[in-house]
This record gives sequence, structure tokens and C-alpha cells, in this order.
Amino acid sequence: MLRVVGSDPALGVHLRAWCRGAGHVFSDEPAESYQIARGLAEQQRWTGAERAGGAAPTDIVRRPPAHWGLAARGALVEAGGPGPSFDLDDRDVVWADLAPRLYAHAAAAQWDPATAVDWGAGTDLPDDIETAVVQVMTYLVENEQAAMVIPARLLARVHPHFREVQQLLAVQAADEARHLEVFTRRALSTGRPMGTSSAGGRESLNTLLMEPDFSLASFLLSVLGEGSFLSLLGFLDEHAPDPVTRQVTRLARVDEARHVAFGVAHLEHQAALDPTLKGRLRAAVERRHDSLTDTAGLNADVFDALIILAAGSWEPEAIRRGHAAVRALHDAMDEGRRQRLTRLGFPADEAAELSALHTRNFM
Amino acid sequence: MPGTTLLMGAVAYDPKVVTIWEGFRHYLAGKGLPFDFVLYSHYERQVEDLVDGRLDAAWNSPLAWLRAQRLAAARGRTVRSAVMRDTDQDLTSVVVVRADSAYAGLGDLQGQVMGVGAVDSPQATLIPLSHLRAAGIRPDEDVVVHRFDVGVGLHGDHIGGERDAARALVAGEVEAACMIDGNHLLFSQEGTLPAGATRVLAQTEPYDHCNMTLVDTAPTDLAEEFVELLLAMSYADPQVRPLLDLEGLKVWRPGRDIGYTALDRAVTQTGFYDERGGLTAKEYIP
Repeated sequence: MLRVVGSDPALGVHLRAWCRGAGHVFSDEPAESYQIARGLAEQQRWTGAERAGGAAPTDIVRRPPAHWGLAARGALVEAGGPGPSFDLDDRDVVWADLAPRLYAHAAAAQWDPATAVDWGAGTDLPDDIETAVVQVMTYLVENEQAAMVIPARLLARVHPHFREVQQLLAVQAADEARHLEVFTRRALSTGRPMGTSSAGGRESLNTLLMEPDFSLASFLLSVLGEGSFLSLLGFLDEHAPDPVTRQVTRLARVDEARHVAFGVAHLEHQAALDPTLKGRLRAAVERRHDSLTDTAGLNADVFDALIILAAGSWEPEAIRRGHAAVRALHDAMDEGRRQRLTRLGFPADEAAELSALHTRNFM
Repeated sequence: MPGTTLLMGAVAYDPKVVTIWEGFRHYLAGKGLPFDFVLYSHYERQVEDLVDGRLDAAWNSPLAWLRAQRLAAARGRTVRSAVMRDTDQDLTSVVVVRADSAYAGLGDLQGQVMGVGAVDSPQATLIPLSHLRAAGIRPDEDVVVHRFDVGVGLHGDHIGGERDAARALVAGEVEAACMIDGNHLLFSQEGTLPAGATRVLAQTEPYDHCNMTLVDTAPTDLAEEFVELLLAMSYADPQVRPLLDLEGLKVWRPGRDIGYTALDRAVTQTGFYDERGGLTAKEYIP
């Protein structure tokens, strides 16, 4: 029983109304004060409440129930309420122990496109070279679009219990947003129109968008696609004809390395739990390869642009060097893919075979 | 189908009424009670259908309950208040004035304009005006009554009339305004009545509000089961809690009819209904 006294003339009027709404019992006796007997409703509301796992990443549960929904991990969750559909709700499918650390690293490594790049540095290049830069940037933008949309889609399906995975995917999408910005800005910096976009390139990326399985999407995008892009961005860093191109590709490469690390860590985690995973990964590569068999692969304009960038001119000798450099790029991409496949437990011969089936569009 | 389904009437004073009774229908069906509901646009037709036996039960306003009693008695039928919400018991209405006014009691409102709710609002019109009469002040003679007719036919379920009266008080268009105690709290919290701008001049005795009225033509077994299932609803049940929250209660209480004396007096004083439940109120077109 709670006795209430106060000086507001409307205290009794309001207290009576408030008690009624809150399920408490109001009494205006004894004189000059009021008494409240506590109702049961508040205690009843928390009947059957449960903790949504533990707050620490080490205390996650394997299958968080749908009704935990958006509740903070570790919160005391009232029973009932909506059960939003987060279909990626299995720890063994989405989790990687490395996720919290990778997220922290990603959050600390965010850079500001306005200041991280010296936009005033010269981009005064021969016409053909600049055209090649614009074409490569156009291609990168297209690929980064896919790389932004895919984690964003997956993020919306991950149960919030696996917060660090969501955070990591969110930062990954934000990384790609910055990449889109800097690549576009570099492409347009000399006033030329954007380059070309081939149907085959978009077809290749579309097969990534269509992959609904979290692990397979992560495998195709991060491990194989972005893994190959690490080599491509390294190549562009090495052969960049101007400081701005070098800076934007270098900045992007650091971010992409993190994306690849999460993809590999996640799949390593899963491969240890699921002996069927490797078979499914293999099938995904083969399926994608088959669906792209009749497409043109890498946009020929992109291929030419890469050669020109590595050559530096149209002199035959330079073109020969440029072509050799692009061949070496292909080899480097293949080598990287094979290493990562081996890390996931594929024998060397199978890794080589699967790497060879990867899309000719790189991503 | 009469006799095989318990059919209840409710007035659709707000779109949420559909959500509420759909929820109850689903819940009651899950408990094995064949239950359905019919929505009305105002209380008068609902009460007539109840007493005519077209409904078994009606979620009635206090005014509708009184009319149901009168209509039923005139036809040799009986109705009973079967269950009510905890929030339907022991309400009061208040007469509110601006804090800086000189009025010290109801008698000081002589010759002034008083804002009330809709013509058929128990809490913001009928009961407060009856309270004035008890204090010796004749509405429309000693005070000018300014009615804010919003949602006529909904028996005051629509909050609009009370809110308009409160706004008129703040704007200086009326010298006093009548409302239910909970709405004085609500209007103060939401800022319709600025903090400290008003004070309570008078408060009525406690009275009761809505109830679930059952008519004696309702199938006895279904009616009893209906009442038992409602009374058994627990706020501790996570499936039930959202329904109770929507309908604004923590627990159903057994119905009672002792809390309608003040309104019954007001109905008789104003001739709102005649003794047989006939609709005789002036300027009332639901």
C-alpha cells in the first residue's frame, strides 16, 4: 500500500484516473491523502519473460526464437509480441567467431572520401589513357553496386541476435557506398561520359544477386569475387597512371581485404560444422559457371582498358607488356582463389578446377 | 445462426474496434465458443436489436445500458450487466475552469458559458449537468450550455467533443468545461490543456461506464461460457495481453448495476429516454 500526499489541487483527480488505467486500486481515504494498492498487471506482464541469450558474443544461442525479434541481445524479453521473419536465424549458418573483431576493425578503418583522397592531384593524362581509366572506373562502379546490394539484402534477413554479423554486413555495404562514390568521382573528374556496361558483365553479377543462400552468396561474392578483386585493385594500384586513381583503388583494396577475411572466416567456421558444405560450394560454382556459359564474360572494353593502363601507350612493345601484365593478373587472381579454396579444405586439384570455373567477369 | 453462435453487438466508434473484436472472436473460437459480432454505427439501433433478440449480447455504453433496461422492462424481458472492464468502474467527471479565473464554486458560474461534450455523452454532458442541478444550478437557465457535438450517437465514446470543450476553455470561448477525470489527465499530458492553466472546480461522485449486456433470450449455456471465458482472461497470458491492452483493461470484473444511478437520474431529468426506453431526447439525431 502506498500513501500519496501532494499539493497539486488536481492530484486526487489525476491519481484516480492514472490508477484506473494502470490497474492499481485507488482510495481517497484517509483524509488529506490517497492510498494506492498495487495491481497485479505489471508483474503479470513479465510472467514468462526470458533473457534473449547473453549480451556477450560468447553467449549467443544457436537458434534465437523469432519473437526475440529486434530485442537487444541479453535483454529481458516480454512473452508474446510479434515474430518478425528473420530467416537467417541459425548460428551455424551466419556466425563467425571473427565477426566481432572484424567489425571493430572495420568501424575503426572508415575513411572519408572527401579527405582521404587528394582530389586536387593531377589527372591530366593522354586521351586514350584517361578513356581507359574511365572505362575501368565504370566497371568498378557496376561491380561495387552488386557488392553493396548483396550484403544489404543478407543483413535484412539475419536475426538481430547475431548483431555483430549484421554490423559487419552494414559496414560492408557502407564500404561499398564509399567505393561507389570515389570510383564515380574519379570517372567523371575530367568531364568525360561514363564508359560501357556489357550485358555479359551484368549477367554475371545478376547470378550473385539471385543466390538466396547466405553461405553460398558469401562464398561467391566475398571469397571468389571480392577475392579476385583484391588482385584487380592491386593491379590498378601498380599501374595507375595518376595519383587519384592509385589512391581510390588502394583505399578500396584495404576494405575488400576485410570483406574477404569475413567470408573466409565464416565459411571456415561453417565447414567445420557441416561436412556437406564443400559439396554445396562446389555445386554453386558449377551452377553459376553453367548459367554463364553462353555469356560474353568480361566486357571487352574493360579488358582493353586494363591492357592500355598497364602498357601506358599504344606502342606495340608497350601493348605486349600490357597484355602480359593482364595475363599475370589473371594468374594472380587464380592463385588467390586456389589458396582461399584450399583454406576452406578443398584439395589442391579440386581448388584449381573450381578456380578455373570462376566467372570471367572477375566478380 | 441464432442459438448456435453467441452474437454480440459493438459500436464502431473507431477503426480499432474491428481489430479488438476480431481478436476476441479468434480467441473465443480457440477456446471452443462459437462467437460472432455485428458492428453498429451508433448505440440506439444496437440496443433495439439486443432487446428484440437479434443479438445475444451487446458491448454497451452506460447510456445504452440504461436504455436496454428500460426497453427490456417495457417488453417483459430482462437484461443484465454480465461483465465490465476494471476501467469501467468508479469513474468521475470534473468541471474545469481556467486557473486564473475567480470561480470558487459551481455557484459562481451563474450566467457564464459552460462547454460540454456531445448531447449523448454521459461523462461530459449528462452526468456533469445533473451534478450542476444537484448544486442548484439550472443548465440553459442559470448557465449557458455550449455543446460540442462530435460523434453524436456514440454516447461520448468519441473523445472529440471533450477535447473541443477543453480547447474552447483555453481559448476563452467558454468559462468552464466538463470532461471525464482521465481526459483531464490526458489533455494536461498532451498539452491541450497547458500545464498549470486549468484547475478542477468540481468533481462528481464515482460512477460506472460500459458493460457487456446480456439479454434473457440469449442461449444460456453459450452466454455463461462467454462470461466465464472473459472473466478467465489473464493479463499474464501473452496471447491475451494485447487484446486487453487494445480494449483498455487489465482484468474483466463481474458486471454490476450499482454505478448507473447518477446517469439514470440525468436521463430522467432531461427526458433523454422515456420510461419505456423511447428515444425522446431533444436535438439528438444519432
